[in-house]
Amino acid sequence: MLQPIHVSMASLNLITLSPMLVIIGGALLILIIDLIKKDLHKSLYVMLSILILFVDFGATLSLGINERGFFDVMLIDGVSVVSQLLILIASMLFVPLALTSKRFHEFSYPEFFALFLFMVAGFQFMVASDNLILIFIGLETASLALYTLIAMHNTPGSHEAAIKYFTMGALAAGFFVMGAAVLYGLTGAVELYDIAKVFQVRMAEPGISIPLIGGALLLMVAIGFKVSLMPFHLWTPDVYEGSSAPMAGYMSIVPKVAMMVVAMRILGLYVDMGVEAVRWMIIILAVVTMTLSNMMALVQEDVKRMLAYSSISHAGFVMAALALDTTKAYTSIFLYYGLFLFTNLGAFTMLWISRRKHPSHHDRYHHPYIKFSGLIHTAPMAAVIMAVFMLSLTGVPPFSLFWGKLYVISATVDAGYIWLAVVMGLNSAIAAYYYLKLIVYMFLKPPVQGVELIGANKSKPLVVIVGIAALFTTLSVFIIQPLLSYLTYMVSVSGY
Amino acid sequence: MENILSVLIFFPLVAAMLGFVVKKDSIRVYGITVAAIEFLLTLWLWFSFDTANGGFQFIEFVPLISDFGINYYLGVDGISLFIIVMAALMTLLGIVALGENIKDLKNMIITLLFLEVAMIGVFVSLDAIIFYLFWEFSLVPMLYIIGAWGGEKRLYAAIKFFIYTFAGSLIMLVGMLYIAYVYQSVAGVWSFSLTDWYALVLPISVQKWLFWAFFLGFAIKVPMFPFHTWLPYAHGQAPTVGSVILAAVLLKMGTYGFVRFSLPLFPDASVAYILPVAVIAIIMIIYTAMVAYAQKDMKQVIAYSSISHMGVIMLGVFAMNPEGITGSVFFMLSHGLVSGALFLLVGVIYDRRHTKMMSEFGGLASVMPKYAVIFGIILMASVGLPLTMGFVGEYLSLAGFFKVSPVLTLLGGFSIILGAVYMLSLYKKSFFGPVTKEENKKLHDLTGRELAALVPLVAIVIWLGIYPKPVLVPIDNSVKALVAFMDQKAQTPEAKRIIHVSRSTKEAK
Repeated sequence: MLQPIHVSMASLNLITLSPMLVIIGGALLILIIDLIKKDLHKSLYVMLSILILFVDFGATLSLGINERGFFDVMLIDGVSVVSQLLILIASMLFVPLALTSKRFHEFSYPEFFALFLFMVAGFQFMVASDNLILIFIGLETASLALYTLIAMHNTPGSHEAAIKYFTMGALAAGFFVMGAAVLYGLTGAVELYDIAKVFQVRMAEPGISIPLIGGALLLMVAIGFKVSLMPFHLWTPDVYEGSSAPMAGYMSIVPKVAMMVVAMRILGLYVDMGVEAVRWMIIILAVVTMTLSNMMALVQEDVKRMLAYSSISHAGFVMAALALDTTKAYTSIFLYYGLFLFTNLGAFTMLWISRRKHPSHHDRYHHPYIKFSGLIHTAPMAAVIMAVFMLSLTGVPPFSLFWGKLYVISATVDAGYIWLAVVMGLNSAIAAYYYLKLIVYMFLKPPVQGVELIGANKSKPLVVIVGIAALFTTLSVFIIQPLLSYLTYMVSVSGY
Repeated sequence: MENILSVLIFFPLVAAMLGFVVKKDSIRVYGITVAAIEFLLTLWLWFSFDTANGGFQFIEFVPLISDFGINYYLGVDGISLFIIVMAALMTLLGIVALGENIKDLKNMIITLLFLEVAMIGVFVSLDAIIFYLFWEFSLVPMLYIIGAWGGEKRLYAAIKFFIYTFAGSLIMLVGMLYIAYVYQSVAGVWSFSLTDWYALVLPISVQKWLFWAFFLGFAIKVPMFPFHTWLPYAHGQAPTVGSVILAAVLLKMGTYGFVRFSLPLFPDASVAYILPVAVIAIIMIIYTAMVAYAQKDMKQVIAYSSISHMGVIMLGVFAMNPEGITGSVFFMLSHGLVSGALFLLVGVIYDRRHTKMMSEFGGLASVMPKYAVIFGIILMASVGLPLTMGFVGEYLSLAGFFKVSPVLTLLGGFSIILGAVYMLSLYKKSFFGPVTKEENKKLHDLTGRELAALVPLVAIVIWLGIYPKPVLVPIDNSVKALVAFMDQKAQTPEAKRIIHVSRSTKEAK
């Protein structure tokens, strides 16, 4: 007769689960409130969501570093804490964007907010584990919720976007599972630290490199889909175009941060073991991604599609840091996304403010460049703020993203990849053209007569979010020092 | 006032922000007052500057990102002092000369004040990243000035200007990061402070790569020969004040960068590459002078003459001896004042006739005598007539380079001859002969406002042409310190031979 397994509560270390428990509990609470009393206004749910995220933020901050829990499946190291904090900040900035002056019906469903919170929990699971199965579960939880959220925007474009994203996402998930299976087959383990141990022993075996690199290749495809690296990026512009502007902004940050952490854990393992093929795979993907997506962005007519390609390019830029395997490089990833978060979400919020129910200046696109022409005459403050976001994305100092770019390029130079640093520099120069194009439209072209435009969707909460983003973008130089020392500490205690 | 440099940077910044509140009809007076106060502050800086001291003065040091070695580190020496004064003066005169009929005057003045922040910032920064910050930030107001108030093809010109400079400086940024990395691996801490970097002796092979990385950033700004194509567009399309600032100050950022970064950081590489740089400089001098002669547009003549004169400045910088470098720094000042004045003068006639074509004019001397006199004096200074400011700098630069290579200097001397050719032919076509066009007969002469902008420039050009000592001595002290330092730091025998310390310091050692 089998002996029952005795598990003491202390060994479970349930505190490591507390952030996710908070947010899942919160999401259920929203559903229960809806059950009890119908027809509550969306502002209630928005504020509740922010509060739940806030408690989650507190719970994440109070986590001990380098702890494991729940049968050692959960891994709370510095990287997972930092990335969870980034995810939560971005989510807190995203939720108030539901309070628009035009009515977009998806926000009137409480289910939207419950799903949103479930999705955040999924992302948190993804980054807080080094168990391939739990990572996969987190990934799927988050992705399925995200597909639904996109579809809830309920325009023909959004349905197309959701289906496209779903199909591509399913394919990516398939690749992830196959890659994980290869690793399991080679090592008999699903936890990355166990896998690393077995690899160390088996590295010398002849013929091991083919399945080893093959597994990495499969996982790379999955990561490439989610981070939208070229050539796995094809879904990105269409999905961004189809979803609402804040959702697109959110997608350009949070899923990418989460997947970047997964990539750090999995590919970092390979790079750390000295598998040069994987390192070069990352570098080539990164270079191809930033260069080609910059080229594509040059010819876009729609600002949202341009920002989609630009976010692909930024992802490629950051991806390059993954190949370097230094503490500074890993730190630079988080610094970059921490700064990118405010700037990019701010830029997408500006699009959201200018959104109308139906496209006003173009048959298909909601935000063609022409829509913003002469903005300096009609809405000077909006034009200046949008220009600040664009200059920040270009990498013009003193705006925030310059410091991120500086640190990533510096990490590249330190690791000895001068040519890569030069490529990154030149790509920033190419990118300057399409960001400037918007500035040129806003500042240097006359307004379109007859079509009164801007601020169709303006409301106080949106303005507040844009204000926060703009302040952060402009004054970031003063917070880089504390941010950098915190991030460096968190990354180095995690052993990266 | 110990922190006068910060005041110089932040005063126009605050003024620009407050300027948004000022009503449109009062903005001109506001702009002039602010720029005048800034100019007086730079004069204060000059008079409290210890001219006998060749090192950095008024140093301010505030850690900004200490983990990464980025500090708010300012200081000024004889080399940068007068460029700062000149930048403030040209901004003031540019605002004074702004025409009555310019649209969106308020935006223009606020933009100019932002531009002034960036210009002053570039010349007082002693931290590479802070330098880079102002360097890049200067592009944004200039982009707006060209793009918003420019001519027909203004968008093309503005974007070309921005992308060109931005691409070059990103390569320079990689170079800066590499030096910081080398410094970190030697000293153990990060630092972007120039004075820390000066102490770093780089291997010669590394110097050679870094030299070209910085060269690209600076050469595009100067602009040096194959990278000069953005400049005629920028000048051709920019409004008068934009051209004035661009020619007077922004181009000097490039040559200043060579003096401040390339020479002391890479003395051996700089010596090794004297020949290629000098060849490019001579191509600039001769080729663009010939192009200038072929122009039909007055403004383009001056734009190309700028490139030609910048070639002489580059020769002076790479003379590697105190005469040449002092001369080139002085020439930066005189070229700034003279070309600024020339662009103002072209702006005067453009305001009246809305054309800059020389064929449209002729006989202006009889219609606008005051204008013709001032134009004549400034033009002579541009050609390099003795007793004008242009002569001193050009002579010293060429005399300095003579010690390096007499043959190349001879070719460089064509600058004066060809300058006389295109400038005098411009003057002849526009000012002498009969008045051919009916419209030109009733042109009115310079107004009080225009005279207020131009007469100070004429006075300075003549004063410093006759008695340049008050400016030359402080420059020379700092340059001597720089050259002596390069001599100490040089590793190759060739560099030791070429870098020529003036005799008195040699004996003192």
